[in-house]
Amino acid sequence: MTTGPHIELKQALGRIGYVADDSLAMALHLALSLGRPLLLEGPAGVGKTEVAKALTEHLGTRLIRLQCYEGLDASHAIYEWNYQRQLLAIRADQAAEEELFSDKFLLRRPLLEAITQDTPPVLLIDEIDRADEEFEAYLLEILSDFQITIPEVGTIAAKARPVVILTANGTRDLSDALRRRCLYSYVDYPDRETELAILAKRGPEIEARLARQIVGVVQALRREELEKKPGIAEMLDWSAALAGLGINDLTEDRTAVQATLVCLLKTAADRDAAPAEVMDRIIGKVA
Amino acid sequence: MGVTRFPSRADGLADRMTGFIAHLRMNGMKLGPGETQDALAALGAVNATDPGQARLALKALIVPDAEGWRQFDDLFDAYWFNSGKTRTGTENAHVRVQSARPTLWRQHLEAPGEGAESDGDTTPGSGEGEAEGIDGRLIASRTDNLRKRDLRELMDEDSLRAAEQAAQDLARAIRDRRSRRRRQARRGEMPDLRRILRASLARGGEPLDLFRKRRPERPMRIVALCDVSGSMQLYARVFLAFVKGLIDVDTTADAYLFHTRLMRVTPALRDHDTLRAAGRLSLMAEGFGGGTDIGAALGEFAETYAARALTRRTVVIILSDGYCTGAPERLAEALARIRRKAGRIVWLNPLLGWKAYAPVAAAMAAALPHLDAHLPANTIEALAALEPEFARL
Repeated sequence: MTTGPHIELKQALGRIGYVADDSLAMALHLALSLGRPLLLEGPAGVGKTEVAKALTEHLGTRLIRLQCYEGLDASHAIYEWNYQRQLLAIRADQAAEEELFSDKFLLRRPLLEAITQDTPPVLLIDEIDRADEEFEAYLLEILSDFQITIPEVGTIAAKARPVVILTANGTRDLSDALRRRCLYSYVDYPDRETELAILAKRGPEIEARLARQIVGVVQALRREELEKKPGIAEMLDWSAALAGLGINDLTEDRTAVQATLVCLLKTAADRDAAPAEVMDRIIGKVA
Repeated sequence: MGVTRFPSRADGLADRMTGFIAHLRMNGMKLGPGETQDALAALGAVNATDPGQARLALKALIVPDAEGWRQFDDLFDAYWFNSGKTRTGTENAHVRVQSARPTLWRQHLEAPGEGAESDGDTTPGSGEGEAEGIDGRLIASRTDNLRKRDLRELMDEDSLRAAEQAAQDLARAIRDRRSRRRRQARRGEMPDLRRILRASLARGGEPLDLFRKRRPERPMRIVALCDVSGSMQLYARVFLAFVKGLIDVDTTADAYLFHTRLMRVTPALRDHDTLRAAGRLSLMAEGFGGGTDIGAALGEFAETYAARALTRRTVVIILSDGYCTGAPERLAEALARIRRKAGRIVWLNPLLGWKAYAPVAAAMAAALPHLDAHLPANTIEALAALEPEFARL
């Protein structure tokens, strides 16, 4: 299983600095070739958002990002009229109705922006599970037909189909209808080799021995019972912190290493769960 | 049994793909006919003769969620490589259990002799025997006297029906109260510029009519965790009716049963096919009426379902008597974890209505600091009286 179109994509992404596993590469390849949205699920901090950025760079196109949150509505995600300007225009020019609801007064929000591009952009809909279900329903129309209806203007169809990537990390369950429209890939914490490869790509200045130690500690911490398991981003932060402090070996300067754990453990309970003795044990094992 | 036979005379890829989709569907994935076509399209995008590529492509295309993601490889091997793996998933297992213990559900939810809804499921089986066997180890002896008085009231045919009615009424009342909170407010936070502008066109562009908008208050979501251990056996039927009432009238409510383990029963309770619901529930209620480990069960909940089930607008309702064989510290810890994610925790305790009862049991004492409310639920009146209490939350 070392050839195929998805392996080419995987290697291309690797050159940009994103290490994808085979199944993710295949999902991306299909998303590109079938023109279907891709839903990425997995724990926080495994690089779901990074996928979109890497893909954008690979395609040499534009990334349009919609960060979802509770209460996100159509006027923030799709379009909004520029009311202030409309009011002024009525006063100043006695503008006619057709003019008022023209392109001039239309504020494009990410979704409308994405379907009116001339070259297909990458549309990243981040943390879709944070938006409420009403919004998810709205999204369905856009994702299946790539068109948006504005009552005052009419239906705007996509000039070029954007590559859509959705991410979710299980804040709530997504509807079957949305899942059905999307390709799916579950992105898990990387295994040891993959994580080493990621570290080598993103932090080439880190020595091989320290890199092995870092990855070993992070992987061991993920097996501990923590509230927030350290993701790849945390691992990279930590390695940067260690490199910045000039630490070459985790076993050497234990106080400094313990102090840098703020990069990995982000809640008070987790800090307490990894006191110096526990870290000694973990570091002792991987060193 | 359970092996998917590879059709020996399958005509070409389309046929086999149809079979594969059917195979997945049989194993619990929700797939429509559209998926077959999509699957063929996906194979067109890769080198379909390479099994590795085909596997990854189909996986990305077909799998809808994380659970399917874990199952897919085994199912793929079983079908395409005919490795003789049996079907996994619950479908198969529950058929077996359904026929073995068909009446468990009815026993707990419906009044005796009133099983009109589920008359169809009186398959001969060992169901009654099992349930009675469980009856034998019902109650801790020290609470026996008190409980019997309660029991007599509840086992009386009419009052049992009344209790179910009250439970369902209450569930509806909570729902109604919540929906009334969505009233449109006259004074909102934000001007609704879109409406103002639209209206102003009729007045020559003067924004005379001002409209405002505000975020509608979202309904509270209910997550019910119902204790079905031995000591709760007497209340289980009423409480199950209560939980079913909640589920029936509220599409976002979520329900779980626990004794020593925890299981999600929302889909089973929501199943319109009573026969199937009975089968699913009896599978889930394996060990129904055994001991309790509330701490472990709630801990399991906090670990697994909580991430999805709980938000700040969730009311967690725990129906339990607090008699627990597990360590009280674990219960406290589990409640603390749930507390962090949920809006409110309400504990409905059938023992609390008794005059002499004080929550001195170690588990209850440990749990109390984490609760927003600890309310009695031993009689119909007590259940009916819950409504204003919930209104205050």
